[in-house]
Amino acid sequence: MEGDLAHIGAGLAAIGSGAAAIGVGNVAGNFLSGALRNPSAAASQTATLFIGIAFAEALGIFSFLVALLLMFAV
Amino acid sequence: MATETHDAGQAAAEMAHGAAESGAGMPQLDFSTYPNQVFWLVVTLVVIYLILSRVALPRIGGILSERAGTITNDLAAAEDLKVKAAEAEEAYNQALAEARAEAQRIAAEARAEIQVGLDDAIARADAEIAAKAAESEKAIAEIRAGALESIEIVAKDTAAEIVSALGFKSDEAAVTGAVTERMKG
Amino acid sequence: MATEAQGAEHAAESGGLVFHPMDQFIVKPLFGGDTLAWYTPTNAALWMGLSIVAIIVLLVMGSSRRAVVPSRMQSVAELAYGFVHKMVVDICGKEGVKYFPYVMTLFMFIVSANFLGLLPLSFSTTSHFAVTVVLALLVFLSVTVLGFVKNGAAFLGLFWVSSAPLALRPILAIIELISYFVRPVSHSIRLAGNLMAGHAVIKVFAGFAALTVVSPVSVLAITAMYGLEVLVAFIQAYVFTILTCVYLKDALHPSH
Repeated sequence: MEGDLAHIGAGLAAIGSGAAAIGVGNVAGNFLSGALRNPSAAASQTATLFIGIAFAEALGIFSFLVALLLMFAV
Repeated sequence: MATETHDAGQAAAEMAHGAAESGAGMPQLDFSTYPNQVFWLVVTLVVIYLILSRVALPRIGGILSERAGTITNDLAAAEDLKVKAAEAEEAYNQALAEARAEAQRIAAEARAEIQVGLDDAIARADAEIAAKAAESEKAIAEIRAGALESIEIVAKDTAAEIVSALGFKSDEAAVTGAVTERMKG
Repeated sequence: MATEAQGAEHAAESGGLVFHPMDQFIVKPLFGGDTLAWYTPTNAALWMGLSIVAIIVLLVMGSSRRAVVPSRMQSVAELAYGFVHKMVVDICGKEGVKYFPYVMTLFMFIVSANFLGLLPLSFSTTSHFAVTVVLALLVFLSVTVLGFVKNGAAFLGLFWVSSAPLALRPILAIIELISYFVRPVSHSIRLAGNLMAGHAVIKVFAGFAALTVVSPVSVLAITAMYGLEVLVAFIQAYVFTILTCVYLKDALHPSH
């Protein structure tokens, strides 16, 4: 029974991955709209783009990790 | 913060151990493998660092700066060659102009020389022609004088003959006078 | 992917689906036996060694001819050198060039381990927290020590946001402090989590391949995931390196 609850919890934690996907999409989409307005400045900001994506994605990875822990370690 | 996660990880690992015995679990949280992995990781990193900092990076950096130097040198050499080519072209043009002037001079000289010879020859030919023409004129005049004389004689004879043929006695003096008169006219 | 094949056979025999997505991450002694001392050569050690070999082949043997007009291998080596060098110079400035070999070591190890981990039957060392935590802690500790050595107490100015209103500064200082100490956690878990997630998802799709009906779909899905993983393998190495550069910049120029 407890294992079942853990599996449900893992499924709930996986929602966080979707939320991270929204975050990453936000970062990339806003970068793209900014880059299309001012393409000359875009090349110098790709590093910032990747840092932003990495930060947004890290939180999704955390929720994925929680899901894994619930699946395999509880 | 780090110690906290460590503690949490420890707890999780103990659980993982329990799970691993039952067949499932996250190998990442099996803390018994950590010393082994950390040891080999440190060995790997030290080896890579030594390889990179001693051999690979200085060499690649050297290649890159050498290439930059080569490119700069080549550009300078190309600039040099370009200047030389321009100089050579100028020299060539100058030589060409000189040669052309020389050729013109020679041609003019030759023309003048030929002109002189030609003038000479023309003068000589003119003189010759003039002399020949004068000679011919004289010969023609002689012939003409001879012819006139002959005509007078023939005319007198003919006139006398005609007079006698008509039955008259020809008076030589009168015939001669008349013919001379007519021929003058 | 032997375990996967075995799993598939097993599933075919029993008629059910068997998923062992995490089996690929098990650290085993290379030459049999069950004991795992700190010096035992394991599959992790083997694949770390292979990443050293890959780096030697690419960077040392690739550049051994020192050709002014580079061969293919040499241009890749030069590309990697220029990529990391430009990153360090762009973010940290000229003072950062001193630490370029260190950053290059991290980048080359992570990128080669990530790509080697994508080979079938291989073991991805960078999907283990033991590895990434050590990498992140190395960065964290060296950056902290470097910051204090270079700037002394002025390094604490990193946490004192002088552009904010005075009343907010203590609160911001606490937030900055927390975020500073969370750095190695997110730094390490991002790398390991990304790789683990990708490999585990591929394995899950492979488990579905035991069902004949869905196997074409699962093969397609594996192919698509594999392409994504190739991208992720590079991007995570890039992100790890660029964050290292950002942290290094904080240590060299702590003022906000």
